[in-house]
Amino acid sequence: MKYATEFRDPKAAKAVLARISALADQIGATRAAPVHIMEICGGHTHAIFRYGLDKLVHEGVEFIHGPGCPVCVLPMARVDECVEIANRPGVIFTTFGDAMRVPGTKMSLMQAKAAGADIRMVYSPLDALELARRNPGREVVFFGLGFETTTPSTALSIQQAAHEGLGNFSVFCNHITVPEPIRALLDDPHMVLDGFVGPGHVSMVIGIHPYDFIARDYGKPIVVAGFEPLDLLQSVLMVLTQIRDGRAEVENQYARVVPEHGNPVSLAAIVDVYEKRPSFEWRGLGEIDQSGLRIRARYRAFDAEEKFGVGYAAGPRVVPEPEGCACGQVMTGRIKPTACPQFGCGCTPEMPLGALMVSSEGACAAYWQYGGARAPEAVE
Amino acid sequence: MCLGIPGRIVAVTDAARMMALAEVSGVRREVNVACILDGPAEDLVGEWALIHVGFAMARIDADEAAKTLQALQDLGEAQEAAEAMAEGAKALEGQG
Ligand code: SF4
Repeated sequence: MKYATEFRDPKAAKAVLARISALADQIGATRAAPVHIMEICGGHTHAIFRYGLDKLVHEGVEFIHGPGCPVCVLPMARVDECVEIANRPGVIFTTFGDAMRVPGTKMSLMQAKAAGADIRMVYSPLDALELARRNPGREVVFFGLGFETTTPSTALSIQQAAHEGLGNFSVFCNHITVPEPIRALLDDPHMVLDGFVGPGHVSMVIGIHPYDFIARDYGKPIVVAGFEPLDLLQSVLMVLTQIRDGRAEVENQYARVVPEHGNPVSLAAIVDVYEKRPSFEWRGLGEIDQSGLRIRARYRAFDAEEKFGVGYAAGPRVVPEPEGCACGQVMTGRIKPTACPQFGCGCTPEMPLGALMVSSEGACAAYWQYGGARAPEAVE
Repeated sequence: MCLGIPGRIVAVTDAARMMALAEVSGVRREVNVACILDGPAEDLVGEWALIHVGFAMARIDADEAAKTLQALQDLGEAQEAAEAMAEGAKALEGQG
């Protein structure tokens, strides 16, 4: 595979890789005792594999793939609830295409659509709003999922619906937040994490201060990063530099897009429309306190949970993961995808068993598409 | 779906609703510009922004736009966004 030649600036990449190697040697990181750096965002996971960064960096640097792919952490029960809403008479159920193939306990949204439910893939919640305007006799429901990057779009759409009095529009809100699962992972005694590469586009909304606790309370460095290969390498270098210097800070490698305090309009819309749920279920991670959002009472008319009596409000429904599936362990970085007994046999991108195989941002799909990392089996 | 994609604002379509036409990856569609507005909407015409699921989320310069677009094309995300926009248009017509 010709990874390195695809860098638009191979010379710069080489220079950063050399500095990473020097630092890794300096802090004594080896293949047997590597520095564990978690990239939180699924977009970064995808980029790391696409450019083969996991193979290019010094062997003492190991990437741990974080829970930052919203489709991957979607519990089966939430998919079941989507199908339940979509099957109600008169409903047009709208969703991002990414969620279509996530397996529920009985079926995915794709299968429900094939079975006759009116489910439509949209690019934006704005499309769902437009559908509601054009179909006054129907109930249009938008499946609101995703992290803080996506949350403002549904918040602003709900505000717009309220402004127009669009009574046939509602959002099935399953938005989640980035900082809380990171705290849960840091509290997990089985996890070994030495530093983080922070999400770029989430941070463009929330800024860099929501990560302060990672440095302050847990003494770990975190560097918010862009999506170009050079951005990622530079961020790894910044994390390693902090480790060498014995510092733990929140740094912003992606300042050209990420403002320190985030985007004020987005943040105001989020606060106006949403509030934290006491806890929320994550696939593979279980219940995490304060990690999900729900629609505030003042926008109740646009809350699909209220409208249809379905969802988290109706009582948490935890359903077990499919037999032999190791999604939870992969999600928390305990094992590599190739160590899952289902990888490539019971579970492929065409016939996914777990959600990590569905989205290009999922670690399993990335391993499948680009090949595994440096012979992980060789490391005991 | 988590990544914003660079798009160029080409016209204001509805100033009151803060909607503008953007060209994203060769596809034109209406986007909401509320999050990047800091003056009259017309001032945005010609500007680049990171567009995420139909909402302009951050202003960027042309160089940043070009680099980001290249990275997203490498990841297949740019093509995915274009396809999603086409799907969205079909969904409105009831064929999605
Ligand atoms: S291979 Fe499939 S079942 Fe196994 S962890 Fe990955 S997504 Fe889950």
